[in-house]
Amino acid sequence: MSKMSKTYGDAKDNYTAKLRLKSTILTIWFIILTIICLLPIYILIINATRSSTEIANGISFLPGTNLGKNIEKVFKDTNYLTIFNAFIGYKNSFIITVCATFLNVFFSAMTAYGIHVYDFKLKEISYTVILLVMMVPMQVTSAGFVAFMLKLKLTDTYWPLIIPAIAAPAIVYFMRSYMKSSFPLEIVEAARIDGCSEFRTFISIAIPMMKPAIAVQSIFAFIASWNNFYTPNMILISSNFKQKTLPMMISAMQASDKFTDYGAVYLAIALSILPIVIIYVLLSRFIIAGVALGGVKE
Amino acid sequence: MASAAQRRIKSISYAKYGYLFILPFFLVYFFFQLWPLINTFILSFQDNKDSHFIGLDNYKTILFAVGNRTAKNVSKTFFMSFKNTIILWVGNFIPQLILSLTLAVWFTEANTKIPGKGFFKVVMYLPNIITAASVAVLFLQLCGEAENGPGALNLLLNKMGIVDQDPVSEKYDTIKFITGMWQSRGVVMFIQTWMWFGNTMIMLMSGIQGINPSLFEAASIDGATGMQTFWKITLPLLSPILAYTLVTSMIGGLQMFDIPYLYHKDPNKVSNNLKTVAVYIYEYFHDQVDPKMGYAGAASVILFFITLILGCIAFYMTRDKDAIAKKKMMKKNAKREKFASKQFGGYGV
Repeated sequence: MSKMSKTYGDAKDNYTAKLRLKSTILTIWFIILTIICLLPIYILIINATRSSTEIANGISFLPGTNLGKNIEKVFKDTNYLTIFNAFIGYKNSFIITVCATFLNVFFSAMTAYGIHVYDFKLKEISYTVILLVMMVPMQVTSAGFVAFMLKLKLTDTYWPLIIPAIAAPAIVYFMRSYMKSSFPLEIVEAARIDGCSEFRTFISIAIPMMKPAIAVQSIFAFIASWNNFYTPNMILISSNFKQKTLPMMISAMQASDKFTDYGAVYLAIALSILPIVIIYVLLSRFIIAGVALGGVKE
Repeated sequence: MASAAQRRIKSISYAKYGYLFILPFFLVYFFFQLWPLINTFILSFQDNKDSHFIGLDNYKTILFAVGNRTAKNVSKTFFMSFKNTIILWVGNFIPQLILSLTLAVWFTEANTKIPGKGFFKVVMYLPNIITAASVAVLFLQLCGEAENGPGALNLLLNKMGIVDQDPVSEKYDTIKFITGMWQSRGVVMFIQTWMWFGNTMIMLMSGIQGINPSLFEAASIDGATGMQTFWKITLPLLSPILAYTLVTSMIGGLQMFDIPYLYHKDPNKVSNNLKTVAVYIYEYFHDQVDPKMGYAGAASVILFFITLILGCIAFYMTRDKDAIAKKKMMKKNAKREKFASKQFGGYGV
């Protein structure tokens, strides 16, 4: 009897020891990956506080003392004011992103609502079309898109960057899946009996009920629009810097040879990713959950 | 008991509201996506200069180098950029998949105790949300050489003893991370992996969590090792999601643009080692002096058909196999019944 318990205990200890070893190794591996993920961003922030000569002479993991001078340069130097102008860049990116995000989420919810709630002949076909459209990449249509916009004389305006947000098939798909699981049609019927108009039902009943889905999709739409470099770069073709978005200014800065003060360059890059990083730090929980949801759908 | 109001509402047709609600989507879709797509097809059959109809000439030029003197160059560049796209995609997908698959398995294992799983997940997803243009310029700064120094990455490698420094002239024997062919490709692959492994990991994790936990329990009771569980349970059951990840990543890889387009020091000239198909198309239609819409259109159409084929494969791989098998069974049964009823002179059995 005692022998048995002894063997059993040994096996158990062995098992626990193995698990503990595995957990330790994995934790170390995760820490290494964390460092790899954060190191470029960390060096970016550190270098934004150092002077150009310090950066050229070596890397450091402690912040420098040159942040004030770098800030002064980025916001006052003429090169920066005419090529990388942080204020104008923030303003332009912000206008485009906010408008596009709003249209994106609102009209996706509306389309999903229309398909979910009503019965009409073309219902199934239109939903299939939306699913098919999800596959067509932007790069394939862009030659025709630019040619068409040139004809309409809409290049160098923000319209081609904002209006297309209304047709976002992936978000419609997400909203429809959400409605299927948590928007019963009886509510619509009840609203009708109470004399609520169809559009009003959508605005004041459906939208509040879909808040979680709308929140997640707004975050993703915001990030995608803010990070977009491809579309603005092909639509805003004039060299007028007053129209450019932040990623375009970063690319213009890279193409120019006037920027030799590395500290200020690092600061400019840091400024361009700052809003996104703040949003991520505040909302990372929702973002991760949203990505996981996107994976489950398959 | 339905009230009068309820009955009245049931009799009204609300179909027109359905059309009204989906109208904006389809209007915008038509003008900003469908028409541009058709327009791309039209452009691909037109001359680059005066846009008159020239049939398949642009395709012939791109695929078989038929045409004037520049045709050879156009075709050569196309195949070069296609090759680059495939190299860059393979080089980022393989490490990315291995990394995210192992991480996803380890994150979902119940018996290991790792502190701060949530924190690790958040950090690993972080690179994915940072502006790609800024990431490209940041890596350009880190990997590039300064006017009077070897640059951050080379300095780091020097401290680790990989990059040598000449003791007399104090010059570094730097690695050319920007101008070198495989070095620059390596950096772009690294950036792509760095940006995307967190995203793939979370997708695969939710796939693993969707597997019935009693399977893992049964395996552990039967004494399966971690490796056995992975190869015999996790991997087979995860294969539809893996296939989906593979194909979507391929479609995404065909569109690779921001980082290869910006990762070069030479102003306004994308390195030939990094030029992808998307960059190739973009350069033709974005040229302000001499745009070549015909070539851009034809290359886009070729890209479109490749994407279409990949999309069909994805659809085929992720379709619900059980549902299809059930349907087949039902059809078979129906046939048999029909057959049987005929045999017995029209009387059902």
